Amino acid sequence: MSSRVEVAGVSKLFNAGRPNEVQALSHITLAIEANEFVSLIGPSGCGKSTLLRCIAALTDATEGSITVAGKSAEQARVDQDYGMAFQKAGLFDWRTVAKNIELPLELMGWKKADRARRATEMLRLVQLDEFGDHRPAELSGGMQQRVAIARALSFEPSLLLMDEPFGALDEMTREHMQAELLRIWRSTDTTVVFVTHSIPEAVFLSTRVIVMSPRPGRIATEIRVDLGDRDDDTRQDPAFFKLVTEVREALRSVEDSAG
Amino acid sequence: MSFLHRTQNWSAPAIAGLLIAGVWEAALRITNPDFFILPAPSAIVASFFATFADVWEATRNTGYIVISGLIAGVIFGVIAALLVTRFRAANDTITPLAAAINAIPIIALAPIFNAWYGITSARSNQAVVMVLVFFPIFVNTARGLTEVESDQIELMRSYAASEWTITKEVRIPNALPFFFTALKLVSSVAVIAAIVAEYFGGRVDALGPLIIQNASSTRFDDAWAAVVAGSMLGLSLFGLASALEYLAMPWQRDLRGDS
Ligand SMILES: Nc1ncnc2c1ncn2[C@@H]1O[C@H](COP(=O)(O)OP(=O)(O)O)[C@@H](O)[C@H]1O
Ligand SMILES: [Mg+2]
Repeated sequence: MSSRVEVAGVSKLFNAGRPNEVQALSHITLAIEANEFVSLIGPSGCGKSTLLRCIAALTDATEGSITVAGKSAEQARVDQDYGMAFQKAGLFDWRTVAKNIELPLELMGWKKADRARRATEMLRLVQLDEFGDHRPAELSGGMQQRVAIARALSFEPSLLLMDEPFGALDEMTREHMQAELLRIWRSTDTTVVFVTHSIPEAVFLSTRVIVMSPRPGRIATEIRVDLGDRDDDTRQDPAFFKLVTEVREALRSVEDSAG
Repeated sequence: MSFLHRTQNWSAPAIAGLLIAGVWEAALRITNPDFFILPAPSAIVASFFATFADVWEATRNTGYIVISGLIAGVIFGVIAALLVTRFRAANDTITPLAAAINAIPIIALAPIFNAWYGITSARSNQAVVMVLVFFPIFVNTARGLTEVESDQIELMRSYAASEWTITKEVRIPNALPFFFTALKLVSSVAVIAAIVAEYFGGRVDALGPLIIQNASSTRFDDAWAAVVAGSMLGLSLFGLASALEYLAMPWQRDLRGDS
């Protein structure tokens, strides 16, 4: 089976050749299979967002190549093969909640009735059935983030790219959203690449955790997470704690080696 | 309904205005001063109706200058903002340009425009209004078009949206509050600009000349009646701009919770 995402020898220089040159990524090679849930974790500024934006073809890699679903990253962007969610929900105030979810469908030329039906389905998926006609600003932060996820999933992309989507939420909402995301991931055929700086979050969600080293971002190590299907009890599971410790030690050693 | 509801905000200034007029009237009646430079409100109101035909004609002529100059300035300002934000390179020049422009006393251009268009032509007055309106509209709209969350732009790019789609779906709605702030500002300033420009030249049957003629022949109650007409013109335009703002941004209205 071919990888969903193939990152081969990717480096990224910002402001190349200028005095403020920054090497954000150095020779990243990474293969992500279909239906994996992969987390990227690492000290802040190590290039997690940059790597995600390279995969999304929102910025070009300086060196190396990226394929998504067998095509170039740029082609995959044009074909809308992935959905995206950021730390800020990024909903548009001038659209109702339902119309926010419909936006990508509108841009893809879906018919009005189909869009409305899909928006209703997506609202049910994120358990916001009642809120289609509300304005985003009337919703809590957690609800807004659920709408953003519904929007990212509305056109059933096979790949979901998420950059610290729960970073701004309080702990309770965050755990609830994690469970919800796992439920959605299991019930749809989606591959997820998830950037986070929370160790328990990475372990709880992922099938694989990629630990990155500080600038220039490199893959330091990767840790397989074999916890099976997760629920709230997983967070009390000794196997969960063991993996959390393992990721923490990996992170500590990359930070130490950076001095 | 809700627009009328909002106009209740205007009742406080209206009451304050009436109170001031009452105190002013009472003071003049009680002290009965031997001068008429500051006529009593009752005298101004009486003069307003006595000279209504002249005042009305002058207001219509000045109103035409204000509204035509306003419309031209708004159209050019918005087009310039769209062009400048479309071509990124020009973008960095907005802020310094705006600062430089703000330092120009545009009203001081009135005699120069008179020389260009002829002393009795209303064109010079329209030109003053247009130039005065242009810059705040241009600068504010350009800011609204560019001050968009970068995540929102990236999200649109992840949908393979074209630059024009991004402008239509994100930049323009984002710019509306900025635009209307400027529109409300210029709608009253435009009346002041037109009247002051009329002091220097232009058609004689407008508010500026009417105020000058009456003041120089010591008919101060008539001069004040013309000033009152000018204020009413400014207030009407401000009210119109507020109504347009209300209609153009239903999402802001919903948030006030009075829908
Ligand atoms: N557009 C940019 N221009 C210049 N430098 C950038 C840009 N984006 C990111 N960087 C730099 O690249 C490095 C990695 O950033 P980022 O990928 O955002 O890190 P992370 O998401 O892991 O916190 C940082 O040093 C950051 O300052
Ligand atoms: Mg980041």
